[in-house]
Amino acid sequence: MDTSADRIADVWGSRTPYEPGTPWPSRTDTHLAAGLGEQDVERWVQAASLLHSNGDAMDIAVREGRMVGVRGRAADRVNRGRLGPKDLYGWQANASPDRLTRPLVREDGRLVECDWDTAMDRITSRTRRLLDDKGPGSIGFHTSGQLFLEEYYTLAVLARAGLGTNHLDGNTRLCTATAAEALKETFGCDGQPGSYEDIDHADTVALFGHNMAETQTVLWMRLLDRMEGADPPRLVCVDPRHTPVARRADVHLAPRAGTNVALLNALLHEIIRTGRVDRAYLDAHTVGFDELAAIVAECTPGWAAGICDVPTAQIERAAEILGGAERLLSTVLQGVYQSHQATAAAVQVNNLHLIRGMLGRPGCGLLQMNGQPSAENTRECGADGDLPGFRNWQNEEHVAELAAVWNVTPQTIAHYAPPTHAMQIFRYAEQGSIGMLWITGTNPAVSLPELSRVRSILAQEHLFVIVQDLFLTETAQLADVVLPAATWGEKTGTLTNADRTVHLAEKAVDPPGEARPDLDILLDFAARMDFRDKDGGPLITWHDPESAFAAWQRCSAGRPCDYSGLSYDRLRGGSGIQWPCTDEAPDGTARLYTDGIDFAHPDVCESYGRDLVTGASVEPVEYWALNPDGKAVLKAAEYLPPHEDTSSDHPLQLITGRTVYHFHTRTKTARAPELNAAAPDVWAEMSPAEASAQGLADGDLVQITTPRGAVRARLRTTAIRDGMVFLPFHYGYWDTPAGHHPPDDRPGRAANETTVTDWDPASKQPLFKTGAARVTLVSRRPTDTAARTDTTGSGS
Amino acid sequence: MSGIGITLRLLHDGERDLEQDLLAAAARHRTDHEFHHVALDVARWSREHATRLADAGRDHGLALSGPRDHPSPGGLAALRAKASEALGRRPENGLLLLHDLRDLHLAAARNSLHWEMLAQAAQATRDERLLTLTGGCHPQTLRQLRWTNTMVKILAPQLLTSV
Repeated sequence: MDTSADRIADVWGSRTPYEPGTPWPSRTDTHLAAGLGEQDVERWVQAASLLHSNGDAMDIAVREGRMVGVRGRAADRVNRGRLGPKDLYGWQANASPDRLTRPLVREDGRLVECDWDTAMDRITSRTRRLLDDKGPGSIGFHTSGQLFLEEYYTLAVLARAGLGTNHLDGNTRLCTATAAEALKETFGCDGQPGSYEDIDHADTVALFGHNMAETQTVLWMRLLDRMEGADPPRLVCVDPRHTPVARRADVHLAPRAGTNVALLNALLHEIIRTGRVDRAYLDAHTVGFDELAAIVAECTPGWAAGICDVPTAQIERAAEILGGAERLLSTVLQGVYQSHQATAAAVQVNNLHLIRGMLGRPGCGLLQMNGQPSAENTRECGADGDLPGFRNWQNEEHVAELAAVWNVTPQTIAHYAPPTHAMQIFRYAEQGSIGMLWITGTNPAVSLPELSRVRSILAQEHLFVIVQDLFLTETAQLADVVLPAATWGEKTGTLTNADRTVHLAEKAVDPPGEARPDLDILLDFAARMDFRDKDGGPLITWHDPESAFAAWQRCSAGRPCDYSGLSYDRLRGGSGIQWPCTDEAPDGTARLYTDGIDFAHPDVCESYGRDLVTGASVEPVEYWALNPDGKAVLKAAEYLPPHEDTSSDHPLQLITGRTVYHFHTRTKTARAPELNAAAPDVWAEMSPAEASAQGLADGDLVQITTPRGAVRARLRTTAIRDGMVFLPFHYGYWDTPAGHHPPDDRPGRAANETTVTDWDPASKQPLFKTGAARVTLVSRRPTDTAARTDTTGSGS
Repeated sequence: MSGIGITLRLLHDGERDLEQDLLAAAARHRTDHEFHHVALDVARWSREHATRLADAGRDHGLALSGPRDHPSPGGLAALRAKASEALGRRPENGLLLLHDLRDLHLAAARNSLHWEMLAQAAQATRDERLLTLTGGCHPQTLRQLRWTNTMVKILAPQLLTSV
């Protein structure tokens, strides 16, 4: 039991050391409202975390119809009872007094309250008018990584088969698109190869651009416990910041932003040069080794050292550790996914595992991580620019299969081009070809790059914007219709974490006022639109979470993300279960690719791949020629210089990132008192040497300026590469007088005022960690304020 | 001049032109961000090709100039960037992008055929250096072709039905 009073200061709690190959001991974390003990709790209701991607299982404490706390579920395979700070404190946001309780519609330029019929009538009449005048391509959807599976699937069916639009994508585009794309490039299909249990077995763990200590606090607790036990794993960390992970690493590489491909190519070069390649594995399970070896042949550590500004000896040392590992676990996150050449770099980590034969065995794990709690569901349900069930838009058989599941004609499902990604949806809205944008559970007016552009797109007269959310977010303030949604703890549904573990989250309390579950809102829209299948029956035949889940099970059956062996009953009471879960694998599947590469066959694969530099689609015939037997594809990539480099005007590299205390745009976490107090306002980080070179000191108010805009923040001098400035991206304007934008004609506090609109051509993920900036003094630190130089509370 | 020499010259000029055309199109379409950035990336390939073709030309007695000097980003370029951003919102700009993609595709196709001719001639004459050159460069030209084709495929349904 760990009930330490202050998990803000003690983020990871107490240690429970363990040895390799033994189970991770449990530790039950609990936090209840002040003055209450467990004896005061009337009911515990099962749920899982919605404030990060780790998928920590918990129970919600209920008393007198209200949430009064949370407790980790010790039986669960993911967290064995532990919870991180966001989960221990974040539940309080549900009861915030400023929750939306009634729909709003825009009248004479102002949002006014109305009833549900009025709001839904506006939406359906605009939808019908657009369908009649301009066709389904004039309607777009931007969803989330924070709804439930049942909601994404319903959204995918009503958008793709009901309306017939190709424009549906999640904010998962910002956090996890590169993970999905990298898996598709290498394994032909999305699907996390590894398992969190690989931490229990690994002798080496490599974290690429992944500040696990802050983004997956519970997974980091697991790794810390391994490091405190016998035979601890060696740790390799690639991060330009000296994060808590870097401080524990045997080798810490801190490259220049935008140079990941150069660094990874050099690591591959060394592993090949020193003969650490598993030839038997390569021959049996891969294609493309010769081209990879040719591309990395000249990528010596010395060459990479010049590009990355990392000592040659450190690269050699890292390659030595990776090359000598017998049970290697690698994890990848935003330091790779949101940086220049995102997919190309993430794919090289896959290549590292393939050439070393480190896959499908305990400890030989590969985790292309997610950023959000239900990002995996957005991906598998086809709500993120893919077809449901990891089906391939270029494969007519897959489209026909989907059409049969939905009982529509294949032509109903737009599949003449890849489903449109979020950044392109906003571009179409900007140009006017999209006339209605329905945004569910996300806040693009703070989260997308180049915010002045995003605000101007959302504010356009011709664009009808619907926002479905818990609060009047920055984006909601720009909407034409705002729908009050219920959230975690107020509705039932399933969510799947970064290692394919499916959890059930049940309703514990009623939503406030007239707020409704997202599923109910979408089903209401479908009913009002009267969507029909090809025989004239209703297109959507389900009516609640459990029947929606059953519909999804039918859609997923036979595909890699097979849910057919699961049920709400099986998910109740015990632990979450990893898909695929079928009659043959009733307890789920810990690791994919234990016996070769299953999903890359041309008839099965989700994608034939893309050119990593141009994003050009590989045609089916090319894929058949390259990979007829469906092996893993070793895809090589040449290093390209970043699109925006430093200059005399903008001499510093700017990267954005996150803090352990906040999630996304603080919609919930800033409404939990402990979390808000821990990180109440934006700050900027520079190294002490760089700050001093720029004439700045810790605590000064500084302005960070790029060609897009400017942000003002207090400077913290921290251990970070020289030549770099870091900004957390969480902060927006809803809790400022201006509401949804910076105060007039003055610099803002949202990091995305400054970021560049540029995305990876393969994954279409925006690149928040590339760009050049200058930092100037606004005013000196007030002399009575103590300097703050701690680095906890800031992640990458 | 030999047939190989003529083809080297035509391809050299074609790659020089394609680089310029890619840079110009990138400047025209700054608000089509993916096109803008990728066009700059693949222009670099054509630039390298022109350099390598100029080197190869010397083996064949040709004085080829190699890639053009980059114009300095002066006032005119800044003006173009502003114009591109101002016009970027207009639906007609989408049609212009499609037409630019078509022209770039055709230019890359012309280059690709010249690479094919050179590769075949290199095999016939057992010219290893020329074979290495075509083997190194032609795949990148094919990637330029697939890229322009993919972009047309993605954008045409939306842009042609909405103006």
